[in-house]
Amino acid sequence: MARFLLRRLLNYTVLVALATALGYFLAGATLHPRANYEGRNPPLPAAVIDKQLDELNLNDHTPVVQRFGRWLGGVTHGDFGKTVAGDSVTTEMTRRMGVSLRLLLLGSVLGGVIGVGVGVLGAVRQYRLSDYATTALSFLILSTPVFLVAVLLKLSALNLNQLTGAQLLDYTGEYTPGLTGGTLHILLDRVSHLILPTLSIVLGQAAFFSRYQRNAMLDVLGSDFLRTAQAKGLRRRQALIKHGLRTALIPMATFFAYNFGLLLTGAAFTEKIFGWHGMGEWFVDSVSNNDVNVVVAVTLFAAVLVLIAGLLSDLAYAVLDPRVRI
Amino acid sequence: MIDIEEAAAVDSAEGAGIGRGRLVLRRFLRRRLAVGGLVVLVLLFALAFLGPYISRWDYRSHDFDAFLQPPSWSHWFGTSQIGEDVYAQTLRGLQKSLIIGLLTALFSTGIAAVVGACAGYFGGWADRVLMWFVDLLLVLPGFLIIAILSPTFRGRTWLLFVLLLAGFSWMITARVVRGLSLSLREREFVQAARFMGVPPAVIIARHLLPNMSSLLIIDATINVGGAILAETGLSYFGFGVQPPDVSLGTLIADGTHSALTFPWLFLFAGGLLILTVLAVSVVGDGLRDAFDPNAAAPRGQA
Repeated sequence: MARFLLRRLLNYTVLVALATALGYFLAGATLHPRANYEGRNPPLPAAVIDKQLDELNLNDHTPVVQRFGRWLGGVTHGDFGKTVAGDSVTTEMTRRMGVSLRLLLLGSVLGGVIGVGVGVLGAVRQYRLSDYATTALSFLILSTPVFLVAVLLKLSALNLNQLTGAQLLDYTGEYTPGLTGGTLHILLDRVSHLILPTLSIVLGQAAFFSRYQRNAMLDVLGSDFLRTAQAKGLRRRQALIKHGLRTALIPMATFFAYNFGLLLTGAAFTEKIFGWHGMGEWFVDSVSNNDVNVVVAVTLFAAVLVLIAGLLSDLAYAVLDPRVRI
Repeated sequence: MIDIEEAAAVDSAEGAGIGRGRLVLRRFLRRRLAVGGLVVLVLLFALAFLGPYISRWDYRSHDFDAFLQPPSWSHWFGTSQIGEDVYAQTLRGLQKSLIIGLLTALFSTGIAAVVGACAGYFGGWADRVLMWFVDLLLVLPGFLIIAILSPTFRGRTWLLFVLLLAGFSWMITARVVRGLSLSLREREFVQAARFMGVPPAVIIARHLLPNMSSLLIIDATINVGGAILAETGLSYFGFGVQPPDVSLGTLIADGTHSALTFPWLFLFAGGLLILTVLAVSVVGDGLRDAFDPNAAAPRGQA
């Protein structure tokens, strides 16, 4: 078991390293930090621009392999280079990682649990009203892009606030700046800011997982081992939970893994629209700023997320499916 | 072409003598929701490509007498900040999104079919190299990579964008196709063809791919919706379709800045987008049920 996981880890690590290198070369070739200086008025002398770019390791006159080598040297010491503004990428990244992970973890765990629950219920009560209702709702949510969901949520929060005449739900930023008061007060403020962004992620996740879980559960419902379990005296509910759900959860592990990596892009919309300063927002802004080092740092972050999710799914597979003993 | 699997499917259908295609068609037509989705899709296409002809306005023209007007008789969907007709722009966006969705799905499923079938059929080194490449692409965040590459296709044809979208959305299907090819490879009709000296490319094209046509068709349908969503998402951030051209994504992005005060700027584009993707996924779902030989028939019939 440990050896199996270790081998997977090694494989994933090689893939992440390659993905990051590829990301670096692509970003280095397509983004032009020089443009940030060339448009200035009064114009800067070329030598000054070169000196600036050299300092940031962003000079496109240096071969990209050489730039990559210098960047890699820094990374081994935990230094991810500098932003175009000259700040440390590492410092900024550690702060933003926290913001993104809070949003992603809460959203994906809640969404996963709700989705699995809804999917199981839909399968058990197939072709009843509740099944049709959840199916229609999940199709509607899946057809709506995250950014539209986010904007609509914002709109409804505004209407709700106007209707009640109180600031019930907040939709900008992570907390109210300069807020004073007791711990409880600050906590409530955080929660009020958290609800809508989390909801925008949870809705999509729950809809996605409920579809797959419903299918997986339906496959299991007609199986012989469930009938056997019931014939041996288990009540239907017990048999469903003990044997059915466990089997139906196995394929979900893979979906959960692949999805966690994709989540970051979904979070980019949420962060951008609700004004959370996380990794997704940073990435979008950095592409327009020609900020090569930041772009690569976020690519690395996304790849590592996929890696962790992949390992977790391998682990979940091993725990759920007794046949996996490698 | 009738292969063993298709023949078996026909046999198992109780009405002997009907071809597989007609069987699938009959089962599809029985799904009212899916048929409704197909009708909606046809109407959307008609609206996107014929709709512009019944309006006085072009998506590039400006009406300098009407800035930010709500929907009215002269401007059915209202006008934008600079006097563009939102109806004309929305239909233009719908055209782009539909075409991009269709083309991307076609390319993406095509790549998945070829790569998956080759990996499964040839096995050994070819399989290992191709699957390793699939793993690498899965780890690479496609959305981020397309965004990084967006400066290079600024000012170029949007077909490049389609190719990029397709290039990052075929991997999971390729894995499934590989699995199917592995088992098909051992079947008698493939073995027979191989011993008769039929070249591998012909075997893949004539025997392997037709036998997974149901999977490929369903995958392509699902990819249409996925591609439309991916395109709108990238365009929302300015990484996709570039101005002066518009897509539903760029329209929604422009509209959301003033969503609270001038909702017509994005509500029509948003509504049409949801309707399109919804129709596509309903059709896909209907196809999946129609193709699935094990599916429980809704009213006790095949």
